[in-house]
Formats: sequence, C-alpha cells, structure tokens
Amino acid sequence: MIRLSWFNVTSLTLGFAFLYLPMLLLIVYSFNESKLVTVWAGFSTKWYGELLTNDAYLDAAWVTIQVAVISSTIATVLGTMAALVLIRAGRFLGRTLFSGMIYAPLVMPEVITGLSLLLLFIGIGLDRGVFTIILAHTTFSMCYVSVVVSARLMSFDKSLEEAALDLGCSPLQAFRLVTLPIIAPSVISGWLLAFTLSLDDLVIASFTAGPSATTLPIKVWSSIRLGVSPEINALSTILIGIVAVGVIVASLISKHTMLRQLADENAAKRG
Amino acid sequence: MPEKTFEPWNDPTEKPLIEFKGVSKRFGSFTAIDNQTFDIYAKEFFALLGPSGCGKTTMMRMLAGFEAPTEGHILLGGQDMAPIPPNKRQVNMMFQSYALFPHLSVWENIAFGLKRDGKDKATIAARVDAMLKLTRLEKFSQRKPHQISGGQRQRVALARSLAKAPKLLLLDEPLGALDAKLRQETQFELMDIQEKTGTTFVIVTHDQEEAMTVASRVAVMDDGRIVQVDTPDRIYENPNSTYVADFIGDVTILEGRVTPVDGGFDLAFAEDQPAIYAKSSQHLASGQTAYLAIRPEKVSVTPEKPADRRNVIRGKILDIAYLGNLSTYHVALPGGQIIKAQTANTRRLANRPFTWEDEVWLSWTDTAAVLLER
Ligand SMILES: Nc1ncnc2c1ncn2[C@@H]1O[C@H](COP(=O)(O)OP(=O)(O)OP(=O)(O)O)[C@@H](O)[C@H]1O
Ligand SMILES: [Mg+2]
Repeated sequence: MIRLSWFNVTSLTLGFAFLYLPMLLLIVYSFNESKLVTVWAGFSTKWYGELLTNDAYLDAAWVTIQVAVISSTIATVLGTMAALVLIRAGRFLGRTLFSGMIYAPLVMPEVITGLSLLLLFIGIGLDRGVFTIILAHTTFSMCYVSVVVSARLMSFDKSLEEAALDLGCSPLQAFRLVTLPIIAPSVISGWLLAFTLSLDDLVIASFTAGPSATTLPIKVWSSIRLGVSPEINALSTILIGIVAVGVIVASLISKHTMLRQLADENAAKRG
Repeated sequence: MPEKTFEPWNDPTEKPLIEFKGVSKRFGSFTAIDNQTFDIYAKEFFALLGPSGCGKTTMMRMLAGFEAPTEGHILLGGQDMAPIPPNKRQVNMMFQSYALFPHLSVWENIAFGLKRDGKDKATIAARVDAMLKLTRLEKFSQRKPHQISGGQRQRVALARSLAKAPKLLLLDEPLGALDAKLRQETQFELMDIQEKTGTTFVIVTHDQEEAMTVASRVAVMDDGRIVQVDTPDRIYENPNSTYVADFIGDVTILEGRVTPVDGGFDLAFAEDQPAIYAKSSQHLASGQTAYLAIRPEKVSVTPEKPADRRNVIRGKILDIAYLGNLSTYHVALPGGQIIKAQTANTRRLANRPFTWEDEVWLSWTDTAAVLLER
C-alpha cells in the first residue's frame, strides 16, 4: 500500500466533498422530522411514508419508468441499425450527410430539440402524453446508442461475419448468431446510457409531456417552485439509492465475468 | 494394366470444376489480380504459391464470394458464380486469420456450419467428434478460442472448414502455425481426406515444400499474375522463368549469350571460362541473352577433374551449409560467380571430403540444367 501524502489526502477530501456533500445533505434532510428543510428536528421516516401515498408522485414515477424502458429499447434497436449501416455499408451516396445527421442531435441544444418536436407534434395533431415523450426520448438517445455501438463495430473483425456466411448463414443469421453476441456488451451499455438519459431528462420532456402524463423530473421541478419539501428529499434519496444499487450491481457483474474469464484462462493453461 | 494417372488437365474431354476467365480484381487504382485465365479440375489439390501480397488471398476470396471480380468471370461447374452469395456456394474457406467465433467453444465452432444445414443432433455430434479426433482437439472441445494456443486455433479453423465436407475447400495458409512434425502429419492427413472424400482443394501457402508435397498442381504467382501452373515436378524441373526457378527450391542462375550447337546451346557466361552446354528444345537466337538454371543437387563436387562430362568448372569452396542429411557448398569461380552444389552426407561429418578454401571441380550433365529466356 502506498501511503498518501497530506496533499493527496486533502485534495481527495475536497474533491469528494465537492461532489458528494450536496447529496449527503439531501439524504440527511430527507430523514428530518421538521417540515422546514433547513431546521433539524430529529430523525423520522415519515416523508417516505407520505411519498408512498402521494398519487401524483407515483404516477409520475410510473410514467418515467415506462418512458425510459420503452424509449431506450427502441433507441437501442434503431441506434444499432444506424451504426451498422455507418460502419458496414462502406461509401454510399450521402454517407457523410447521414453520419452528420445522426451525430447532430448530440450537440443540438436540448431546448431546440424539444421545441422542434413540440411544433411537430402540434403540427400533426398528436396529443401530448406518454407516447410523445417516448418518441422524443427515442430520437435523441438513439444517437448516443449509435455512437457507443459504432465504436465497438469499428474494431469488430469482419472476417467473423464472412466465416458465418461461408458456413451457410444468411446475412441476418450471421448478425444474430455471430455479430450480435459479440457486440452485446456495447449494445447493453448503449441501452443503459439511453435509459439513464431518459430517466433524468427534464428539458425535452417538459416540451413534449402533456397534461395527461408528467415525468418525475418535471414533477420535482414544478414542486420545487412551490418550495423545497422534505418529500422531494425523500424521493431524491430513493432515486440516488436506485442508481447506486444499479451501478454497484453492474460493476459487480462485470467484475464477476472478468474473474470467470480469468479462471477459464487459468484452467486452460493447466490443460 | 498400368494405373491411370490423375491428369485431367491433359484430357481435353474433361470439364474443369473452376474456370477463371479473364479475371481481374482492382482495389481502387491498385490491381491485385491481373487478367487471369486458368482452370482447376475436380479432385485436384491445387496450390497457390507466391510471395506476400501477390494476391493469393484475394484469389481465394473471389472463389468464396467475398470479393467480386472487377472484370471477367469465375465459373464453378460451368455456372457463373457472380450472382451467388457466399452462403449459397458449396465452398468452405479456412481463413488466414482463422476467424474463429470468440463467443463459442471449440465444439460449437466446428458444429456451426452443420447446424445451419439443419442436420439432426446425433449426426452433428458424430461429425464434430470425428473432426475433433482428426485434428487432435478432443481435450479442448469445451474451451473458448482465447483459451487455446495459436496452433490449436489453426486446427480448429481447419476442422470447422472441413466439417461440412464441401465440394470445394479453400485453405488459406492452413498449416503455417504448426510445428514441423504436426505440419507434416496434417499434410498427409489432408491428402488422405482429399482421397477419401474427393473434395477439391485450393490451398495457399508460403512454403514451397508444402506445395510440392500436397499439390497435384502448383500455381506460382507474382504480383497478381500466375507465372506458371504445372505439376510439382515440372515446376521444379522445367520452370518457365528464372522467377519460378528461383522461387521454388535452391538454384544457381548464370546469365550469358547462347550459340546453338548439336541439339542444344552453348552459354558463354564469363570471359575466362569455357562455355557451358545444355540440351534444350527452346528456340533461341544465336547471340541472344539467356539464363541457365541449375539445381545444386545436380552439380557434383569432385577433387579431381572428371573426364566424362562436358560441363566442368574449377572453383574454390567459399561456404558450407551443413543441413544434416545434406551439405550445400557455395563454390566461387575465379570470375566471382557462385555456384551452389549439394551432396548427400553419406558419411559422418568428421570424414567430410572437402573443407573451406579447397579447390574443387564442379560438373554436371548435358540435361541437368535448363535454359530460360527470362
Ligand atoms: N480490401 C483491400 N483493399 C485494398 N487493397 C487490398 C485489399 N485486399 C488486398 N489488397 C491488396 O492486394 C494485394 C494482394 O493481397 P492478398 O491478401 O491477396 O495477398 P496474399 O498473397 O494473400 O499475401 P499474404 O501471403 O501476405 O497473405 C496486396 O497488395 C494487398 O495490399
Ligand atoms: Mg494471404
């Protein structure tokens, strides 16, 4: 073990404090007895209880999850397809335009994306609700998926697919049986990325959500304007908990697979 | 009754299995294959031999269907292959890079093609096990490709391409990573498979000895062109150019001017040396520049001047390469040319008759050397 110098210790502490102190405060105050956010009045979990009986929040949470799951799934399919075309189709007419158009939403200000989608939905007379949020989230998150997947495809050995064709696969079978299993980790991380992007999106969702459906970030944002309530602290704590568990599980799984591969390799060495 | 020799290329009634007709392949402005026309017959063991980058893999990829010829046609059994996708061709290829599926075990890799054919489980299992046995991979069947050695991977790739018993099998450097012994065994194994199944093989190799061992015919390539297609012995004994002579085996090439004399030519290759005579049916003009190629094992080395030979040259031993069963002598002529001579080491090394700096006589018969125009 390397002993840390006082300089390292200080900078580490400051850095982490900067990152996590606000969240820590939020978590602490979510257990506050008092309704006043800034005054500590003893430990209590009553805000969690109240949260569970608050239909508005629960509805918003349900909408958010629906939107995140469905939009990230569609975005993963479309984004993967776009990545395949970009990397595989070689130089076709309009390739530069196509790739530019796929990556443009990454740098487009969200306000503009949201506004243009809003205009479109109004223009074609689509009632705003869960469906329109899903559409909106799909359009912007598929770009992220296609970036992640195309990075993996670039290093993908094309002769593997050729070997599959050679052994009698149709191009579709070759994709399903060879390419997809090999690029699966990048597709999954693309999905996770799309999922989290959708989960915490406020701007685009507020343009495309309607009176019939609100997402959690919108709900939180609008409640804040009426003043910070301990209920929101409780809600945020739950969200932090979910995210933390997700991250830990994901890293454990990847560590586990790595260990298993290592064990495999060692077994192989022993013959 | 004498056994009928396998020479379909000499039989005008025989239909070739594969026909290349004026095939060119260009990558942008680079010509990888340059207007090639040749035939490969059913049950042949056809070897493509040539230096790196001469277009061997490109040739194979066109046969497998991964590259389309820029010009010309490839016919398989008389049918133009252009519209047929790789998965519909009765052709299997072993890739130079192996292209094993990293997410599947050795067993599943070999079974992959069989499963696509919709064979039943028992048939697949039997076939895969036979292939594992053939390539001696039984112990590794459950491993993933990254858990086995390079040579083992190469054997998996070989087993996978053999498993479907295709009409035409393309092997791109199938044995490069194997050690000499396993390599030789696998060569004989391949020849055995070929005899049993009647599959047509096209094999790419860097190793000329391998080509000579396994092939019914060898095509020597240079820079996108096939320079000569012939049986191994004819390629060796009757190369059509110095390029082929030099590429296959060891050779000494002497350049000079020819004068026709009794059924052959005298080649004057140096001012202070007598002309060398070679029997040849070539049509060469008197005074034309030509090349004489002579294999080291056809040159005898003697301490005394042999009386009965027409081609006799005196020189000094410059270098001796001891190869175990053979020794190759590099003999320098007074004019500086070097001629290689090879003798079998029938005696122990200690009794070796010559050593460095010895003056020796080199001699060979009238028919030992070939005269080449280029
Ligand atoms: N897709 C491609 N694009 C451009 N050039 C290519 C392509 N494929 C091959 N070439 C070129 O064509 C030539 C022949 O390549 P090929 O792979 O057939 O060589 P090879 O004879 O198999 O060599 P090696 O023995 O090293 O495998 C090379 O000069 C190579 O650079
Ligand atoms: Mg090659």
